[in-house]
Amino acid sequence: MAHATHMPVSSFETHPSAYRHWALSIDGSVARLVLDIQETNGLRDDYLLKQNSYDLGVDIELHDAMERLRFEHPAVRCVVVTSAQPKVFCAGANIPMLATSTHHFKVNFCKYTNETRCDLEASSAQSGLTWLAALNGTAAGGGYELALACDRIALIDDRSSAVSLPEVPLLGVLPGTGGLTRLVDKRHVRRDLADVFCTKAEGFRARDAVKMGLVDVAFPRSRWDEGVAALAAEVAAAHPARSAEGIVLPPLEVEVGDDGSRRYRYVHLSVDTAGRTATVCVRAPDAPPPADADALRAEGAATWSLRAFRELDDALLHLRFNQPEVGLVLLRTEGDPAAVLAHDACLADLAGDWLADEITWFQGRVLRRVDNMAKSMFALVDRESCFVGALFEITLAADRSYMLDDPDAPTAVQLTAASDGRFPMATGISRLACRFPSDADAVQTALATIGAPVHPEQALELGLVTLTPDDLDWDDEIRIAIEERVSLSPDALTGMEQNLRFVGRETCESKIYGRLSAWQNWIFQRPNAVGEQGALTLYGHPESPKFDWGRT
Amino acid sequence: MSINYDERIPNNVDLSSDKRLQRALEHWQPAFLDWWQDMGPEGWQASDVYLRTAVSTDAGGWAQFGLVKMPEYRWGIFLADPVADRRIGFGDHFGQPVWQDVPGEYRNVLQRIIVTQADTEPASVEQQRHLGATAPSLYDLRNLFQVNVEEGRHLWAMVYLLHRYFGRDGRDEAEALLDRRAGDADNPRILDAFNQACPDWLTFFCFTTFTDRDGKYQLASLAESAFDPLSRTCRFMLTEEAHHLSVGEDGVKRVLLRALELAAQDPDGDVRRQGGIDVDTVQKYVNYWFSYSLDLFGSEVSSNAATFFAGGIKGRYREDVEWEDHTALSAVHVLPLVDNGRLVDTEVPLRNAMNQVLRQSYVEDSERVVKRWNRALEEAGSDVRITLPSTRFHRRQGVYAGHHFAPDGTLLTADQWAARRDAWLPSEADRAYVASLMQPVYEPGQMAHWIAAPKRGINKMPVDYVYVRRA
Repeated sequence: MAHATHMPVSSFETHPSAYRHWALSIDGSVARLVLDIQETNGLRDDYLLKQNSYDLGVDIELHDAMERLRFEHPAVRCVVVTSAQPKVFCAGANIPMLATSTHHFKVNFCKYTNETRCDLEASSAQSGLTWLAALNGTAAGGGYELALACDRIALIDDRSSAVSLPEVPLLGVLPGTGGLTRLVDKRHVRRDLADVFCTKAEGFRARDAVKMGLVDVAFPRSRWDEGVAALAAEVAAAHPARSAEGIVLPPLEVEVGDDGSRRYRYVHLSVDTAGRTATVCVRAPDAPPPADADALRAEGAATWSLRAFRELDDALLHLRFNQPEVGLVLLRTEGDPAAVLAHDACLADLAGDWLADEITWFQGRVLRRVDNMAKSMFALVDRESCFVGALFEITLAADRSYMLDDPDAPTAVQLTAASDGRFPMATGISRLACRFPSDADAVQTALATIGAPVHPEQALELGLVTLTPDDLDWDDEIRIAIEERVSLSPDALTGMEQNLRFVGRETCESKIYGRLSAWQNWIFQRPNAVGEQGALTLYGHPESPKFDWGRT
Repeated sequence: MSINYDERIPNNVDLSSDKRLQRALEHWQPAFLDWWQDMGPEGWQASDVYLRTAVSTDAGGWAQFGLVKMPEYRWGIFLADPVADRRIGFGDHFGQPVWQDVPGEYRNVLQRIIVTQADTEPASVEQQRHLGATAPSLYDLRNLFQVNVEEGRHLWAMVYLLHRYFGRDGRDEAEALLDRRAGDADNPRILDAFNQACPDWLTFFCFTTFTDRDGKYQLASLAESAFDPLSRTCRFMLTEEAHHLSVGEDGVKRVLLRALELAAQDPDGDVRRQGGIDVDTVQKYVNYWFSYSLDLFGSEVSSNAATFFAGGIKGRYREDVEWEDHTALSAVHVLPLVDNGRLVDTEVPLRNAMNQVLRQSYVEDSERVVKRWNRALEEAGSDVRITLPSTRFHRRQGVYAGHHFAPDGTLLTADQWAARRDAWLPSEADRAYVASLMQPVYEPGQMAHWIAAPKRGINKMPVDYVYVRRA
């Protein structure tokens, strides 16, 4: 690579008033999210975002819009995603940006965009928010993949606009945001036709695209606005109305240290640069839970269940993008387990209330972000811990969990119904079931402890933790485990962990992370893509790529 | 049903023994005739027109004149004669033998290029279909129809390539060429210039001067192609395209000369008061169509252009004689680009600038046309001159689109542009005025008041020959 550029990402937060590339407007139950990417407003200044092509900054805004639609605008039932630029919907991820980014940034960028699209689908399945991609011009690569993540796709029939996945023929890489998977697993495009489509750089225009099932419907230019509006109205009416009043998501409050540490209200990320480890600690609530749904709404984003998980989410993103050298994340919790349990119970009791549900689903998204960390994760259950309820899921997400067995100061974890399917992994199954894939008894035995603290000996016996060193061994045991872990090949560890974490069946989402992304990351490293004569390197350059024709 | 193909369709591609081609044409030819009836010159289909028909590629065969009803015109399929041992002249495959079949690697791009070029041919016939109602003379009317039937033949030439080399996709694309309609919002032609209205003859002359000249340069760049059948097809088309260009160039010249005559007749030199088209108005039409035609070359900086050159698909104008480095890998092209409100000379890899290189050849050719117009103005004793606007002026495609420039290339603010626009481009009033002059003149040898008579007739026939005999 000529000059891969490492670029720290200063913030993953934004607000519609600060969007540079999207415009969010709301009219009753229909929202419009209009893409108009400003060429010269990329996160770095060494590429231009031509043809509505995106970089991470564009996707951070999309992610923000999606979260705000769920929390701030619950009355919205249909989101129309379209473009303000004539003849082009979106040309996908910006290629010069990818070609000059470091490998770890590319992979993180793709993962983030994949999570945003999977979350977008989840918002449809969970909140009934229906996404309508209104392709008013060509949607190529990531542009079409964004459409694929939507529930419905309309394409303008102007005899020139097309949908396409030109990555293989033009760039020598894969469509990296779920396109291949969703084509066949979600839209059920026949796989041989998908093969034709994915190797035809110019893609297919409206007539063929409808015939092949690449889009749902096409409207001619003269009926475009009317057709899209009618479809949006129909879609919006198909879902029951929700509360008109949302809550506000304020900016997170955080103190940032020179070493990359981040201290939020409930979450603290600390970094040991020399040791290549980081610690993420989540603190228990410092106030009782809201008494009812109205009180929950009044607390809004300040309520622990939402605030702590928003902070955790932000910390995870900073870890991924800005701490590439950190190989091991120690997951800790601190505080009164009873307080966590009380907040957990509050959300469970209020199930069915739109906000309580949204918070629960949000927690699920953050936990899936934990699952997707390409870093080793050890959970440390010690004297201060409150790994109970939703926070217990963090120990289940970790690659290993160490629980201090100190007879003088007994530690405990505690399961709630949260571990019984409330927070499915990308595979669609709970972390507990993932732990005991063919042992329903083990799952049931663990669930039978709900309501009671589980102490080290029992936790070990039930298989809920990995090791339970006693207080004399603890420090040394943990030190050695950490030192050993960070000495191993980071690449091999990432591969090993991803293979071990997702036990059991597959879903579209798990295939996107487990198969599509893994292959993409392999291709991203290969000379045929990124060598001096690789297709990705040379795209837009005068030279033609030269391939190593060997296939394994 | 057996059809005598060689009789109906003059060709040098061995049509009578090519079953695949016959099958394709059996379906397409009637569809083409339907299209011609629906979208060809309106009101003149039954008239006899003094047309030139190509019946072979040799010196005596490419220009046979006679009175023909347009729907009975013998649209033929001709390739220029093969060049023995022709080699690829540029790009990564330089020096290798040219391809007689489409390489799979380049199938999609070749098909796209051919379809895009082909689409312009029926488009211009559609754009010009109403002009017969306002022809300034029978001579001009006949030239219009000659242009139209030859655009039809160019469509045939491109369709031949689609039918012969691109299988079922090619047949589908050939059909779609008859399905799109110039200027139809829902079913437009591919390129913008070919969806613009052609409501008057000044537009027609400017269109044939500038937009058809883009065609000349596209064809010339494809004549360099490593895909030999495309090269041979384009080489033959270029001989016909030259005629269209002269129709446009001569038409504009006659309008200018008439403007001088009428100015001389007016005490204040007011051409419009004398019923003519003043030089300023001609200049505005030139500005409009020159700039629209520049857009057709594609963006100044283009990955596609680099790919086409690298692949040997599309070369530069006269690649073999005008250029020395045929791989163009290490060279750069310097281009003024807008950067923070200023124009800054920027180096672009030459291959990525190939659209711009071709555009420059086109601009030089256009400058020669303007020079000839100005010589005619000078010889007629006038000191007014036509000028070409800057290549940045009034662009909707490429790196200058979205910015505003004066005809001299100066970067302007949106307000500055809005204030001067009507001084540089035809205003509504200008268009309305030109439209008001468009009254037909069908008397042999007579000319509309706003245009001078041509110097000579067609094929050594007198100017007052009855070139079109209305049914």
